[in-house]
Amino acid sequence: MKHFATILVSSLALMAAPAAAETIAITGGKVVVGDGSAPMDGATVVLRDNRVVAVGTNVTVPANARRIDASGKWVTPGVFAGFSRVGLVEVGAVRATNDANASDSVFSAALDVQYAVNPFAAAVAVNRAAGVTRAVVSPSTGKSIFGGYGAIVDLGADNNPITKARAFQFVELGETGHRRAGGSRTAAHILFRALLEEARTYSRNPALLDSDMLKTSDAKALLPVISGKTRLLVHANSANDILKVLGLRKDFPSLKLVLVGANEGWRVASDIAAAKVPVLASALSDLPYSFEDLSATQSNIGRMKQAGVQVAIGMINDRDAHQLRYSMQYAGNLVALNKVPRATGLSWDEAFAAISSGPAEIMGMGGQLGSLKAGRQGDVVIWTGDPLELSTQVETVFIDGVEQSLSNRQERLRERYRNPAPGALPKAYDR
Amino acid sequence: MDLKNLLAVVAAGALATGCAATAAETETASASASSASKSSAKAAFPSTYKSYSYDNTVITGVTIFDGEGQRFDNGVLFMSAGKIVSVGGPETVVPTDSTIIDGTGKYVTPGIIDVHSHLGDYPTPSVAAHSDGNEATSPVTPEVWAEHSVWPQDPGFSRALTNGGITSLQILPGSANLFGGRAVTLKNVPARTVQAMKFPGAPYGMKMACGENPKRVYGNRNRKPATRMGSISLTRQTWINAQEYKKKRKGAKPPKRDIGMETLVGVLDGDILVHNHCYRADELNQIIDMSKEFGYKVTAFHHAVESYKIADILAKEEICSAIWADWWGFKMEAYDAIPENAALLQQAGACVIIHSDDENQIQRLNQEASKALADGRAMGIEITDAQAIQWITYNPAKAMGISDQTGSLKPGKMADVVLWNDNPLSVYARPEKVWIDGALLYDANDPSRRPVSDFELGQPGEGDVK
Repeated sequence: MKHFATILVSSLALMAAPAAAETIAITGGKVVVGDGSAPMDGATVVLRDNRVVAVGTNVTVPANARRIDASGKWVTPGVFAGFSRVGLVEVGAVRATNDANASDSVFSAALDVQYAVNPFAAAVAVNRAAGVTRAVVSPSTGKSIFGGYGAIVDLGADNNPITKARAFQFVELGETGHRRAGGSRTAAHILFRALLEEARTYSRNPALLDSDMLKTSDAKALLPVISGKTRLLVHANSANDILKVLGLRKDFPSLKLVLVGANEGWRVASDIAAAKVPVLASALSDLPYSFEDLSATQSNIGRMKQAGVQVAIGMINDRDAHQLRYSMQYAGNLVALNKVPRATGLSWDEAFAAISSGPAEIMGMGGQLGSLKAGRQGDVVIWTGDPLELSTQVETVFIDGVEQSLSNRQERLRERYRNPAPGALPKAYDR
Repeated sequence: MDLKNLLAVVAAGALATGCAATAAETETASASASSASKSSAKAAFPSTYKSYSYDNTVITGVTIFDGEGQRFDNGVLFMSAGKIVSVGGPETVVPTDSTIIDGTGKYVTPGIIDVHSHLGDYPTPSVAAHSDGNEATSPVTPEVWAEHSVWPQDPGFSRALTNGGITSLQILPGSANLFGGRAVTLKNVPARTVQAMKFPGAPYGMKMACGENPKRVYGNRNRKPATRMGSISLTRQTWINAQEYKKKRKGAKPPKRDIGMETLVGVLDGDILVHNHCYRADELNQIIDMSKEFGYKVTAFHHAVESYKIADILAKEEICSAIWADWWGFKMEAYDAIPENAALLQQAGACVIIHSDDENQIQRLNQEASKALADGRAMGIEITDAQAIQWITYNPAKAMGISDQTGSLKPGKMADVVLWNDNPLSVYARPEKVWIDGALLYDANDPSRRPVSDFELGQPGEGDVK
């Protein structure tokens, strides 16, 4: 991680160096670059000093490299979960272990998940073992429409999970925004505008800040949002809510918007494409769960893609603290749609990109993460077969070029109860 | 059922008369065979389901998983008059005057069955006005029936059919209460009334719950049960009351009718099947002992994420575990869930059912079974594809008391059939056609064979592929 940090701006946290990196050559596998290109058979991936240094079918294996024979296997970039709460929640219903939102806090936009993400959470290890190596981690909202700062994290077995702190600000502008703002969409939009105006006022003259409306810390947190320095991830699902979000650019032209959820995005896909606003979309929502989702369909992502929208998969509010491992299954389902008449899916190559380079690029980190290209961070997974297929298992995971432990408490429980009957001593002694 | 076609089949000698009985006749026969038919409640809200029109259909060259663990490659399935007539390998003799479907490269399974659904009683849109799954006003409500909460216009039924191949499902009350009420088994056929969806002749289920939910709901109101011991005590006392009611009912002066007690006595008599929401291994075992104390049988433990810890006991007691493939961590009692739960149970010879409890995963029960299968194989447990299909067909049918009518592709059974465009254990597979009692109710190639609920009519996305 050290090399990575030195070349990037200071907003990137310096990671604790993981176990000593080595030079590794993964040879003979079917290599998926992750950028939407077709897999390469019999290709080699070389990792050195935490990074990918070479990928291709004509790569010379360095003499000092540890060789891993991946013949018959698939080799891909680690899966990048496009929207999650991993590391913020140990047990969902045990409030003290759930840091996804701060419903009683006086702060909102200033809240920052980097202080809560727990690299030792069971869900980090479980999803790492399933091939997920990076994730967008977002707060939920508490009292306000703004949830606070989210981060990009890795799922490595080391002390520092933060790849990029303060990677974005999160705001609710659909039905949840309506609720948080006091009971209407008008309230949500006036609150949004008023808070941003107040932050501007603060930036011109801190003495003029109306602290009943906005805490100083929250005002400071909104400034990089207004200037477009920090991305604003906006959760909105209905076609109308999406249009209203796109319209925010009239008053705040520099906003770097990213839509999250967007269940009805397909109905206004040309508007989203024209506004050049990328989307982290729920892949398989197809029910009118609420009136903001009336036209939800699994073809949403495929149709947006066809309309020219930059789109990847992000599973907001869908077991997003524990089941990032659904990413592969969801991507596979989008491929399945290609065989359903009148449905619009993704090609296999596009689908894998939607859980690797896609989220990385949308979060502005495509040059560092999400694909197997020279110079990218060494997040690599070796699979027994097609990574989107349900029967496939993970064999080896590298994060930042370091081979990871795949052990986790689910695996330990499984081994303890492989034979459920106690032996000479109680199960508590089986370790 | 169309009488003309029925006669044609019977004349051809393809079916025994009993198997070719109409839906209504089947119901009557089944009800009279049951001792509970003496209860006046049994006759209440009867099924009015009638099967829709069918063609005599043959599928050839197809891979068949029959639901009871058998697989036929290059297989043949013949259904007629709403029933399965024959199923087998390429040698299977079929009539030539039927609709022939070339199933080359495709797969056939029985209709998928979900033993745990809240479609209709927690429908979408998920608004408070529709929230009808928990009568959370008392921890003991055996008197309520889920069917009185089911909204047949829930769009979720259509998604379960078209994306999941679901042909039968059990709708349960929620788990706020120790005794949640009666469950109802439905055919996944769109209808104006719940009665027109009710599975003819299916026994009732009763929902029970242990663990965190009842003690959280009532403990927060400073009411009993606030603890697990409070839950067990209240449950035992309720069974004692039910035993007394049963005794009095047989006596000279029968008590005033009590519809809650009627349900409990139905359980004690073995006519109503117990579906017990319970997560932890130690609690499953407490429930087993309680059932022995009062002489009833738990048919299935639902959400039993820790079944794997007592797989041997569950095999011996012949209690099914209705489980997710991999849900975990959402609450304390789900913290020890592991994805190999199903496989470890199968290894121990215990009954496995993959269930959904979810309006989304009911659309992918085949995929959930596939994940559970893969995780089992990865730890070295040998399970066939056909056995994994049994987890979502025959086993749930058995736990719902309908395995004589559906759940596997055996001659004489209801023609509840899914034709998949690929191996249903693959992520790339989707239903191509779904038949319920031989009626083609979904065809991916025919937009007119895609149900659209009243709620979605005239709305954006009406009739879309979803």
